[in-house]
Amino acid sequence: MNSSEQTAPLLEVRHLSKHFGAVQALNDFSMAVGPGEVVALAGDNGAGKTTLIKAISGVFQPTGGEILLRGQPVTFATPQEAREKGIETIYQDLALADNLSIGANIFLGREPMRKVFGFLPVLDRKAMAVAAKQTMGRLDFHVSRLDAPVSNFSGGQRQAVAIGRAVYWDAQILIMDEPTAALGVPEQRKVISLIHQLKAQGRGVIFISHNLQDIFAVSDRIVVLRRGIQAGERKISETNHDEVVKLMVGG
Amino acid sequence: MTSTSPTETHVAPQADHGDPARSWLARIAEGRAWLFLAGLIICFEVWSRLSFGATFVLNPFNVQSIAIFAVAPLLLATGQTFVIISGGIDLSLGFIMGLAAVVAAHATNMAGVAMPVPLAMMLGILAAVIVAGVPGVINGLLISRLRIPPFIGTLGMFGVARGAAFLLAGGTTVPVQNSWFALLGNGRFYGVPYLVIIAAVFVVVMHYILSQTRFGQHNYAIGANVQAASRAGIDIKGHILRLYVLSAMCAGLGGALYAARFTAGAAQAGEPLLLDSVAAVVIGGASLFGGSGTIFGTVAGALVIAVIQYGLVFVNVEPFWQFIAVGLVIIISVLIDQAQRRFSGARQDE
Repeated sequence: MNSSEQTAPLLEVRHLSKHFGAVQALNDFSMAVGPGEVVALAGDNGAGKTTLIKAISGVFQPTGGEILLRGQPVTFATPQEAREKGIETIYQDLALADNLSIGANIFLGREPMRKVFGFLPVLDRKAMAVAAKQTMGRLDFHVSRLDAPVSNFSGGQRQAVAIGRAVYWDAQILIMDEPTAALGVPEQRKVISLIHQLKAQGRGVIFISHNLQDIFAVSDRIVVLRRGIQAGERKISETNHDEVVKLMVGG
Repeated sequence: MTSTSPTETHVAPQADHGDPARSWLARIAEGRAWLFLAGLIICFEVWSRLSFGATFVLNPFNVQSIAIFAVAPLLLATGQTFVIISGGIDLSLGFIMGLAAVVAAHATNMAGVAMPVPLAMMLGILAAVIVAGVPGVINGLLISRLRIPPFIGTLGMFGVARGAAFLLAGGTTVPVQNSWFALLGNGRFYGVPYLVIIAAVFVVVMHYILSQTRFGQHNYAIGANVQAASRAGIDIKGHILRLYVLSAMCAGLGGALYAARFTAGAAQAGEPLLLDSVAAVVIGGASLFGGSGTIFGTVAGALVIAVIQYGLVFVNVEPFWQFIAVGLVIIISVLIDQAQRRFSGARQDE
């Protein structure tokens, strides 16, 4: 669905390495994400998943290798630079300010202003609420109380707000770190359907999870990391739980 | 709809401008403080009528006295509101105010030698606010760059400002020789003291900054989740620096107005007011954990304290009861705050 004619993938990492002193956290790792593609990243704790996403999102500088966006090599000095290029990371612990509304969270750090009395700049809360409503509507998520702080919402709804922020600012690649980990089953389903929405909109998603059921429900491909190296890559349609587990633990 | 320009999205001005989409929790807390204030005034009114057959609140002299009484703690408390919402605390405000009062007195006197009286007064106030900003800058740098906890950093500055203020004052109070300055501190405009007018304007400006600007919005975000604010691209270090300068300058203005009211600068001017300022913020509905609070809530909090202190004297209760009463009010406020928090936490898990 919605696959692009572009030949270059949205995001590609080639021979990426990262070591911390003598510890080789990531070693000669390569993968690619195309438009409208969901790639699951699986691996045991300490396999290098977090190092990889931090290298892609600009938190760490890789020691070796390169990152390409639509075929162009890029380097990010800060997460801010990665975000400006359309790579948004949605963290496990949710980067939301609980005391602010959905709109205020979407616009956090780049709030729209308007003028009253012709000179006095004030926060444009109405514009924020309108954008919040539209954005959340695009994710098939409808809220009535747009001025309520996000602490009033459930875990899945808050996840949707975090995704909504990325969508509003036109992120092309979303990296989602365990988006279903802290949620109940119905909420997990909701997040899975959100990821389907993102896919349908032609965005690339890197989906990190321990939950194989979720991975099989939503991904096109799975990339398995083990001790910092790429232990295998499979199309979801051509693999099964057992094979993936074997790749993860090495057997 | 794709990403719009992040700045200046113009929408026709609405009639409800200034409606803060603040958390309902904060709004209830703010309303609670005003309700509490009303109840308190009614209590004193009844008490006063029963004991003396005299009115308490309908006496303009009482209202004026309470208002003047509340000005200095309120100025400290508005700055403290910003700091507490950000999740910090500023313990140095009391002696920054003292330092500013001494600076205001000295600067006004010195300037008075060379220039007209009104100009000397303005220079004195300006000097007080600017000098107050210096410990604010140091607080901000200590907390943002060197990652010293606000409690410790400002406690250190509490000592430094205290010493500097006493040294500058030569250990005594510094009288001010400036007729305009004295008028500012004691004069009235149609019966309303100038001090109260200045404080009212100041409160409105601070409310605007907190509720209608990016600075205010970021302040709430930082108080709720500093990591989220940082990931959203907010310059945390810069914000914290500006924050502590702002609160110090509030204390600076407080010090200048103190010098005007008593026509003298004293190093210990703000000493008893520091804890009152924290108390006003907490009674006004802010959480010491950060993330919530409003300026108008703090106004109610400052008035509650002023009414208790003045009212108990008025009904002839031994003054030491003031401390007990204010202390109890603080504890009750925090208990209510926690109960509300639990209530909203329960909603979250539904």
